[in-house]
Amino acid sequence: MTTMTDPPKGSFRLSMLLNDTRYRSITIQTIAMIGFMLGAAWLINNVRVNFALAGIPFQFGFLWETADYDINQRLIAYTSQSTHFRAAVVGLLNTLLVAVLGCLLATFLGVLFGILRLSKNWIVSRLATIYVEVFRNIPLLLCISLAVVAISHTLPTPIEFRGENATASMILSDSVAITNRGIYIPEPLFSRGLGDAPVFWNSFEISLDLMAIMAVLIAGLMVSKLIAGRAGQIQNSTGVRPATWHVRLAIVVIPTVTVLWILGFYLGYPELKGFNFQGGTHLRSSLIALWLSLSLYTGAFIAEIVRAGIMAISKGQTEAAEALGVRPRKIMSLVILPQAMRVIIPPLISQYLNLTKNSSLAVVAGYMDITQTLGGVTMNQTGREMESILLLMAAYLTISLLISLVINFYNKRTKLKER
Amino acid sequence: MTDTSNQAYVRTEMLSEQAPPASDIGIIGWMKHNLFSTPLNAILTVFSLVAIYFVLGALVPWVFGGVWHATSLNECRMVLGETLGVGETASGACWAVVHERFWHLMYGFYPSDMYWRPNLALVLLLTAIAPVLFNGLPKQMYIISASALFICPWLLWGGPVWTPIVAALGFGVGYLLHKIASPVIGPLAGLIVAVLGALVWWLFLAGMVSQGLTHAIGSSRMESETVRLQTAIPQQAAEVERLTAIIEPIQQRLDKVQAKIDTVVQVGVSADNPVSGLIREKTAIQMALNAATAERSKAEALRRDLVRRDADIQALVGNEIRLQELSVQMKAARAALPDTVAGFGSMNEVTEDLAKSLPAEDIRQLAAALQLENDYINTTIIINRVYSDVGLFGLTPVSSRQFGGFMLAILLGVTGIVLSFPLGIILALGRLSNLMIVKTLCVGFIEFIRGVPLITLLFVASVLLNYFLPKGTQFDIILRVMIMITIFSAAYMAEVIRGGLAALPKGQYEAADALGLGYWQAQRLIIMPQALKIAIPGIVSTFIGVFKDTTLVSIIALSDPIGWVKLIQAKTEWNGIVWELYAFVALVFFLFCYGMSRYSMYLERKLQTGH
Repeated sequence: MTTMTDPPKGSFRLSMLLNDTRYRSITIQTIAMIGFMLGAAWLINNVRVNFALAGIPFQFGFLWETADYDINQRLIAYTSQSTHFRAAVVGLLNTLLVAVLGCLLATFLGVLFGILRLSKNWIVSRLATIYVEVFRNIPLLLCISLAVVAISHTLPTPIEFRGENATASMILSDSVAITNRGIYIPEPLFSRGLGDAPVFWNSFEISLDLMAIMAVLIAGLMVSKLIAGRAGQIQNSTGVRPATWHVRLAIVVIPTVTVLWILGFYLGYPELKGFNFQGGTHLRSSLIALWLSLSLYTGAFIAEIVRAGIMAISKGQTEAAEALGVRPRKIMSLVILPQAMRVIIPPLISQYLNLTKNSSLAVVAGYMDITQTLGGVTMNQTGREMESILLLMAAYLTISLLISLVINFYNKRTKLKER
Repeated sequence: MTDTSNQAYVRTEMLSEQAPPASDIGIIGWMKHNLFSTPLNAILTVFSLVAIYFVLGALVPWVFGGVWHATSLNECRMVLGETLGVGETASGACWAVVHERFWHLMYGFYPSDMYWRPNLALVLLLTAIAPVLFNGLPKQMYIISASALFICPWLLWGGPVWTPIVAALGFGVGYLLHKIASPVIGPLAGLIVAVLGALVWWLFLAGMVSQGLTHAIGSSRMESETVRLQTAIPQQAAEVERLTAIIEPIQQRLDKVQAKIDTVVQVGVSADNPVSGLIREKTAIQMALNAATAERSKAEALRRDLVRRDADIQALVGNEIRLQELSVQMKAARAALPDTVAGFGSMNEVTEDLAKSLPAEDIRQLAAALQLENDYINTTIIINRVYSDVGLFGLTPVSSRQFGGFMLAILLGVTGIVLSFPLGIILALGRLSNLMIVKTLCVGFIEFIRGVPLITLLFVASVLLNYFLPKGTQFDIILRVMIMITIFSAAYMAEVIRGGLAALPKGQYEAADALGLGYWQAQRLIIMPQALKIAIPGIVSTFIGVFKDTTLVSIIALSDPIGWVKLIQAKTEWNGIVWELYAFVALVFFLFCYGMSRYSMYLERKLQTGH
């Protein structure tokens, strides 16, 4: 027989704040809160006093002053007469550009080498292991420096393309030039283009040609998906799948090509004029160095994630699928990958997040990302250290929190149900 | 059921085992199974072999045909070009730069006669972590581990011998307070009192005790120091003379060799007219010269220091009297300030608008008062310098600016690793706790730190921290960076450990509760040992990440290995050298990090309790 005794009621004594578990948590939290507030107040007060001593106000007005410096790579219109705020936005877009490009290439490399590491071919799996171990064990800063050096020291200068007996030549029937200043590729041009349209109160312009092409392409893809869905329904009810690939291909390709023709699409090729290439799209060597090094570095980590994800699926799953008569190629896509994805996706996204944050090392490559514009030139020119760095942190924090939200959403959706 | 054993066509005994076919065993069999099992595999194998051939074909001659003895990139190229005909380009590394700058890459500007100090600190560190890394060592080893925490910084930075003792006493004070207070006011309040007491000791009392001891020793030594300086200064001057005399002949020898090299170069370097022997000779002389020059500048610096010290001691009595006068004057001037400017602590507070509205006389008075306060502070600094010079009983202080190379990287990495681990555990527990406010604070901290790049935190350390601390606080840059790296890695560590805690079955927590264990007992005895074991791979990769991330300090102009690479590249003689330096730095980092990851695998196997 057990006896239950209720905790003593009434008669609150001061010592219960420490010794009674019901009140102790309140005590601890109060102390923590007071400590935190005191610390924060101390820091803020110090900042206030120091700003007063230095005779500068804490304000963000400098963002609307003329920036007075150039940014060599810009996705939206920018001149040295633009504001510091616009310079920061240009930098942020550059950060996002290299992050997106990096994530794509890193995923490709990671999946490729992750699978190659599991290959039954001894030499191939060893080579993949060497790639992974080397890039996981040397600092990223060194990778970026090496990529910069590799591009500037081993690739030909534009001048070497010149003259009768040039030592370097363009590739792909004179359309692409790989130089140590970057890669020049043909650019899409439109002879009957629609021009650009200003959006967001004239703050930047978007190309209407691109929008038109994208709209037609996306519409075509959606119709194609509808047709595929109908084919699936027919297969489910009758067991015979109608052949639809030619219709689907036509519905995507024909309207797109038509729009391109209406707009007068042609390619502008880069040409060597004077000491440099003119025309075409110039992928700067800073972008390429940063992009390659970030992708190679992150790719090694992704390879490990992919490998671990595939190995986490027990062999019984493969055997069960074989026993059910699933074809070997379908086993991977229908049985292994859907399960491995649950293991792979969260760390994969966190690698994307790391890549985005690591792109702040752009300074080593001379790439004008937000750390270089807002936290570099703007900060040094205006002397607004506190404001610039706080804004810089806020920008990265926003990106990170958005990506974290995606991870949490995915985790919730794919979580195994537990008691 | 028919009996099959006596049928004529059924075998009654087993066939003897036969050897596998020749194509299935040995090297051929291995190749058949591992390299050429399918057509695709065969193609991949051939491609890989070709790729390996090309990479090694370029790399091996470059690495092993390198030049080790030269004093500039130009000379490297001369030696490499010697064996080649006209028009051929030399392929070979110029390892001479690593050879010449090895100690800079390792220790930065740390004084070369004190290399034993970081070395000893490293040995002490390795001894300290031995009981953590390997089991089966006596428990007493943990005493070394604890004391290493205090002795290693002292060895690196130098200073009075009691610095580590005074620092360690903070824990003693805390422990004592806890012992005394707990029985009276309960364990939680006792803990708080202990922490507060230790903080008070470190922030206020420790400095006073240390300074008091220095002051006492300084005053007792002042007389003898004056006498010693009388003889030491001329001696040191003679030493400088002697070293200068040594340098001259070396310089002459160098010039002679250089002249010989020049004549060879003029004739034209070739296999018949070799230059490598001369360059090797020149390298040896150059390195001797560098050593001698360094020796002389050190002696010269010491001599100037002695002279300054002598002057300081001479001026000491006068300064002490002046300090008293200044103290009186300063207080009087402050008290006499008109109300309009009374609260101001700096002329910067007087904005232009204010300057117009205030009478000029008031502002002049304020300036005079501030000048007196400034003088007072400066005089105090000079007087304290004399006492700390004369009263030094311990190791020569080395300033943080002299730290560099791999020593700095290892120092930052080790402090980050060692300090972030306990901090990460606390943050992880805080994040999982039921206490709402504690949890919110921990989540906010972790997500904030993980959400921003390390480089922005380093910017905060190098640029903003001065704003967050009281005016005039001098805070060592390396210490600031250490703090930032520590909190950065602690946030990541917390997430890794949280992963380990989450992976632990709920039954473990319930079992600990059922046994009647308290929160800390359960954590210490049941939860943490298992959770940390699960988290080992993540913990070690965080460690590796911390060590690699220490290279970021080169962006805020600290001279870690990569900072040194930049410094060396900026020198005229090594301008244009890139691959060799990066390769060397990458190799050393690789060895450290790869070693750590191998160790984590060993640890996982060792702690493996499953089947």
